[in-house]
Amino acid sequence: MNQGGGAARQSWGTRIGVIFAVMGSAVGLGNFLRFPGKAAQYEGGAFMIPYFIALLVLGIPLAWAEWAMGRYGGIRGHNSTPGIYRTIWKRAAAPYFGVLGMIVPVIIYMYYVFIESWCLAYAWYTATGQLALGNDATKYKSFFDGFVGKDADGFLVIGGGGVSPAVIALAICFVVNFALIYRGISKGIEKFCLFAMPLLILCAIIVLVRVLTLAPYEGRSVLDGLGYMWNPHTQTGGSFWKSLANGQMWLEATGQIFFSLSVGFGIIITYSSYLKRNDDVALSALTSNAGNEFCEVALGGLITIPAAFVFLGIAGVAGQGTFDLGFVVLPQVFQVMPMGQFVGSLFFFLLFLAAVTSSLSMLQPAIALLEDGLGVGRKASVAMLGFITLIGSLFVVYFSKNLTALDTMDFWIGTFCIFVLATFQTILFGWVLGIDKGMEEINRGGNIRIPRLVGYVLKYVAPVYLGAIFVTWLYQEINRPAEKGNYFKSLADSPVAALTVAFIGIVALLFIFLIARSVQRWKQIEQREEEVRI
Amino acid sequence: MTTGGWTIMVLSVGFVTVLLAWCLYKVFTHSATEVHAPPQIDPHDREK
Repeated sequence: MNQGGGAARQSWGTRIGVIFAVMGSAVGLGNFLRFPGKAAQYEGGAFMIPYFIALLVLGIPLAWAEWAMGRYGGIRGHNSTPGIYRTIWKRAAAPYFGVLGMIVPVIIYMYYVFIESWCLAYAWYTATGQLALGNDATKYKSFFDGFVGKDADGFLVIGGGGVSPAVIALAICFVVNFALIYRGISKGIEKFCLFAMPLLILCAIIVLVRVLTLAPYEGRSVLDGLGYMWNPHTQTGGSFWKSLANGQMWLEATGQIFFSLSVGFGIIITYSSYLKRNDDVALSALTSNAGNEFCEVALGGLITIPAAFVFLGIAGVAGQGTFDLGFVVLPQVFQVMPMGQFVGSLFFFLLFLAAVTSSLSMLQPAIALLEDGLGVGRKASVAMLGFITLIGSLFVVYFSKNLTALDTMDFWIGTFCIFVLATFQTILFGWVLGIDKGMEEINRGGNIRIPRLVGYVLKYVAPVYLGAIFVTWLYQEINRPAEKGNYFKSLADSPVAALTVAFIGIVALLFIFLIARSVQRWKQIEQREEEVRI
Repeated sequence: MTTGGWTIMVLSVGFVTVLLAWCLYKVFTHSATEVHAPPQIDPHDREK
């Protein structure tokens, strides 16, 4: 049964294509900037213990569940999360939970494509020498703040006289993303990822070789940089075991795994819905996760922090956030590094590739709903989604002061809603689909056999683990002082934050309406099929 | 860099590298030698 309308159902062309597409969705800025920053900040190498535990207990099992549920819905004619949830859970409310699977990727796309445009612009600026600002760190900071419009709302649109470079870069990124998504699953996403992922890894290896062969600078060697990143107990002092007792580190390590693998985004479930009945999911899911981990630990973990440490020392690296590390610290490092202009432009280009493969995947879930639920053709669905996301991205670009709109969206959608969606999907797999059926789904057509223990982990351990992390995180956020960025209090204090949440609400309502129309259409199709059978 | 740092770095980088290499080996060897069982082969003759 194909409920998507008249068009033939799309599918992946090759197995390695879908693996690279899911890997591309997962590999992003977090692998090269957020992970090394967190690992160095929280106890150095000790961070890797909770990190790998979370990978094995939460990350990989959740990915298997999402892949299996996606294929389960796909072979029953659905590619959108509302449709897939409806095939698994036969309740009227089920498809409406799919609104999270719509707004999470769509709203993340709205601000992520803006960050993607920074990577593209910085690759250009580094290659053309426009980022050669000397040794003064404040110059790099003010360049970045001016580029992203941190000084005032509307600065990028009406402030600088003419169209700002950030807006031009954003327009290029929009065109690239929508041109690829228009070409479809196999000809667009798959072909691009088959080319982009190996190129990304090649670029990262070239940058890695340059970093690992750096000569000492002002008495600091690469080994010192690696030591800053990997030596245990850098923060609390004392023994390795004392480092492991840091609860905040466990929270951060689990969060890093959770966000890095793209589970709970509504993306994997959509991608895997284009698989065929007996296509492998067990090995494919594991391979895409392994690829993401390789990019994060073996490439990101050896490049960013060691390079920054060699040239800037602890003072230049410690306590830097993800954006500051990527767009303030590293440009300064590349100016001092031998061959820095080439290596720097290559690094920002690989960040751009990583961002495109991720942003591309964020568009497909909504396209799937428009095609699968409303029977809209590819051209019309791409145009509709283009219009919705353009409004959202312009909202983020306009309210650029202190990146308030971007940060607010990232908090409520990029963190809060992802936790909720992942928990819902875990319960859907473990308690609604059930361990027996669920494990059969994971193992059908599998090139490796996943033990039944994973089913019990998904049913009992993962929801509790996720719930505990979510509640702890929520408690911390609610009690965070206002001056350190309390997103609950900012709803009352900041009109832009309140407006952003209202905007999220409007997008959610739009998707609830589209889901309601889709459900109506699916019921009509089912009724017609029933009449034909009789 | 301390012994602890070396140990954790080598184990971490080694684990993810070996895992990826093993997965890719399995993916490529299975693709090349995959034999479809009879139920997976659709002869397209059901209507006849």
